[in-house]
Parts: sequence; C-alpha cells; structure tokens
Amino acid sequence: MAQFLFLLFAIFTVLCAVGVVVNKNAVNASICLILCLVGVAGLFVQLDAYLLAFVLLLVYAGAVAALFLFIVMLLDVQGKESFGLRGFRTIAGFVAFALLLAGIGSVALKGQIVSSPPVSVAEGAQLKLYAYQLFTTYLLPVQIIGFLLLISMLGVIVLSKKHEIAEDAK
Amino acid sequence: MFDFYFEIPLVIRLILQGLAVIMVIFPIAGACSMAERKIAAWIQDRPGPNRAVVPWVAWIPFIGKFLQRLGVFHVMADGGKMLFKEDSLPGHVNKFYFVLAPIVAMIPALTTVVAVPFGAYFDTAGKLIPLGLAPFDIGMLAVFAVSSLGVYSAILAGWASNSKYPFLGSVRASAQLISYELSMTLAVLPVFLWVNAPGTEGTMGFARVVEFQSQPGFLGGMWFGFLMPISAFIFLVALFAETNRQPFDTVESESDLVGSFHTEYGAFKWGLFFVAEYSHMIVGSGVFMLLFGGGWNPLPWVSLATAVEFLGTFLPFAHAPLFVGILSIAIFMGKVLAMIFFFMWVRWTLPRFRYDQVMKIGWQKLLPLSIANLLFYAIAIALIQK
Repeated sequence: MAQFLFLLFAIFTVLCAVGVVVNKNAVNASICLILCLVGVAGLFVQLDAYLLAFVLLLVYAGAVAALFLFIVMLLDVQGKESFGLRGFRTIAGFVAFALLLAGIGSVALKGQIVSSPPVSVAEGAQLKLYAYQLFTTYLLPVQIIGFLLLISMLGVIVLSKKHEIAEDAK
Repeated sequence: MFDFYFEIPLVIRLILQGLAVIMVIFPIAGACSMAERKIAAWIQDRPGPNRAVVPWVAWIPFIGKFLQRLGVFHVMADGGKMLFKEDSLPGHVNKFYFVLAPIVAMIPALTTVVAVPFGAYFDTAGKLIPLGLAPFDIGMLAVFAVSSLGVYSAILAGWASNSKYPFLGSVRASAQLISYELSMTLAVLPVFLWVNAPGTEGTMGFARVVEFQSQPGFLGGMWFGFLMPISAFIFLVALFAETNRQPFDTVESESDLVGSFHTEYGAFKWGLFFVAEYSHMIVGSGVFMLLFGGGWNPLPWVSLATAVEFLGTFLPFAHAPLFVGILSIAIFMGKVLAMIFFFMWVRWTLPRFRYDQVMKIGWQKLLPLSIANLLFYAIAIALIQK
C-alpha cells in the first residue's frame, strides 16, 4: 500500500512539474504548480512529516501560488513570447542538463544507503522537537530569514507608496 | 459486539469512516440552506417556505400538516430541482475550469473535517479518547492549510466565467480570504500557548485544547471563550469573513455583483458552491466550539466526565463507551448547530459592509488588535506558567 501511494504521488508530482514547464498557458501552468505542491505535500505525509506537509500547503499552495494565479489572471498573461534556444541560453541549458544528469548518475551509481533508516520519529517531525530546534540550533537562520522578510516588507511598502505619490502628482 | 468491524482491512475501514462523516456533513449542509430560509422568514415575521409536501405524508393527520408548515420537504424539492434542471454551460466560458471550480470548492470544504474531532469516549482505564478521522497533533495547522485552498474555487470560477461581475467577485474573494487568514491565525495562538504548558507534550491538536477546558477548578473548567474573549471575538469575526457570510458578504453581494463568482452557474454546479459554503460554516463552527466553546463538554465548569458520572447515578448504561460517544457527539453537534443559527441570526441583524470597510476592518482594526492580544497573552501566560 505504502509503495503504491508513493508511486502514485511521485508520478503525479513529476507529471505536474513537467506540466508547469511545458504549458504555454500561464493559468494551466500555475494550476500544475499548485497540484505539484499538493503532490509534494502528499509525499511528506508518507514520510510522517505532517508539519512540513501542512506548512507547505499553507504557505506555498494556499498563499504564494494563489498570488501567482491571481496575478496571471489579472494581467491576462499569454504565452506569446516563445523562448527559443539561442546563444547563451543554449549553453546554460546544456550545462544545467549535464549537471542534472551527473547528479542522477552519481546517486544511481555510487549512492547507497549505509544503514536502514532509524525507526524512531525523525527530529523535527514532532512539533515540540521542531520548535525546540528552531529556538536553539537554528536560531540564527530564523533570525536572518525574519530580517530578510522584514526588509522585503519594507521594500513593498516603499515601492507601493512611491507609486501612489507619483499618481497623486499627476 | 463490533469485533467484525475491526477485521475489515484498515484502508477500507478508513474509507468507510470518511464516507460516514461525509454522509453526515452533506445532508446537514443541505438542511442548513433550508434552515437559513426558515430562520430568515422567522426573523422577518413571515411564514417562509411551507408548501412542498410528499403526498403520502400529507395523508397523516396533524403530523403531515405540521411537517409541511415546517418546510422540511423543500430540501428535497430544492435538491431534486438542482439535479434535474438543465445544466447549462454558457458559450463564453473556459469550459474546463468552469466545471472544475465547483469541484475544487467541495474538496477543501470536506477535507478539513479530517482534522476535527467531533466527540470522545472513555476507555476502560478512564482515559479520554477523542473521536475523529485523523488524530493529528497538528490539527489546527491542518485545518488552516486545507481551508486556505478554498480560495481557488472562487478565483477559478470568477476567471473561467469570463464575465465582468464574476471576476470582480473573485478578486474580492481572494483579497478578503487572504486578509482575514492573518488575524485568524494570530487569534488562535494564545490558546495554543496556554495549552502547551511547560512539561507537556507539544501539540496543535484540538483534543488537547478540549481536555484543557475540562479540568477541575475555576480556571481549569473555564472555557477559553471566557478566558480569552478577545481571541474568541477576533476568531469569530474572521470566521464570518472566511466563510463569506454577512456582514462580510462582499464577495457575493447580490446588490452590486449580481451573484459574484457563481453568477454564470446553475443547477447542480451552483448547488455545490452552496454545499461547500455550508460545509465551511459547519467545520468553522466546530473549530470555534473546540477552541473557545468547550468542545464536547456540556456546560462551562461541567466536563463530560462529570456529566457522565451524574447520569450514571440513574442510568445504568451511562458509562458504556457507546453511550458516552453518542452523548458527546450530540453535545458537540448541538453546539455547532447553535453556532450556525448564530451565523444566520447575524445575517439578518447587521447590514453588509462596503468592500473598503471590509479591508479597513481586516487590516487596520483586527490585525493590530490580534497582535496586541497575542503579546498580552504571551506575557501573561509566561508569568502564570513560569
């Protein structure tokens, strides 16, 4: 059963991820992105990482992707401009593809699971442990991310305010 | 007695349990639409729906007439009408997303029930076991996460309808839902700060919250609605906004947006939007009652255990797990239905806010209030629990 569910969610996630890249219609692509996030959340649930699964849904599928979809619809973005493979893009594309192949190849050839995964619940899966880790081991990253978010928030305020003043001046 | 049930494979058992819950939620959501019309009539001092009747029921003296006047058969008449009406598909819509939107509305509405416990019983050791589909320890987060997906139905429906008013409605819907989610999340944090006292196992589950409200003593038995009235108030206001109920009905305001995102919908697809709205109300009321209304405890300072003990003095079967389970579910459902009545009562009491007022209340009043509330309780809880 677990194997079947894993395959189901894994194939679903990959297909949706491909759909995001392939779809020319921006709305279809955003819907694929949301479904892909839901698939990843399903995989997290199978790993017993409920917290991660639901935080992923809450933040990305519930808020960020909604904003994407919303803006795509509001601006009525159409996939008119086609991204041809030329010049620097070609090189970058090939390099990225080669890196991906190298990564997969190294995992497939050299990667091995040294020991069977521990039976006990992983650190961070339980809410209390997770919170404890955030306030001790990962305190600095949390603070830095908080600071980054604050800066971006201030940036948004400044940008939107500027726009308003310019319009008033007109 | 029920051993045969536990011999069924787990997967099938879980599917059966899920279906059982859906089979309760779905008819209640349908009945709520009826109750809405009847309560509206009652508040406006008019008879309301009182015509539809099944012939063979009409033959029963008194009772038949009474049921007809009560309007209970209008539910069936409405449902039948929605099913058999022509399911028109306007020519100018994006067909795929137009059909998808009502389905997307239903999925989060019915999925949130998974994390909400709706009753409890005592096992042989006297330990309280909550009844629910999935006893997560992150119940609250799960409800927030899944219900936040509900915004897509409004966005998709409004966009796919390819017409002006539905699109305006969906723009309002997404802005309103995202705005009030913030205050709602901040409003429940004091509850979980208080529940996760030092030394306890950390949890975001509802069962623990109810357990905390059924302790002995003055402070222990106090429902969180009394202990944290501002949190409860913010949560309630945000709940009205999240479920698009009046006075936060700007999303659907008939007077300026025709019918908003479901303007172009008809027949059963339209019905699905309504069932989804009522399911959201039922789950939202359930969450409110679990967090601030004592869950399955019958009265403030009277826990389920006390009530069962009292009933045990004259009922021999009062301690049976089956009886306790049914009793707790009945108490909880009673509270949820009372809450839904409150929703309908408010609808006919307060006028609809203008859209700019909705945004102003959300961002300039509710959000600062909820942050101040969180700070106050964080300090107070830190001082009390040391």
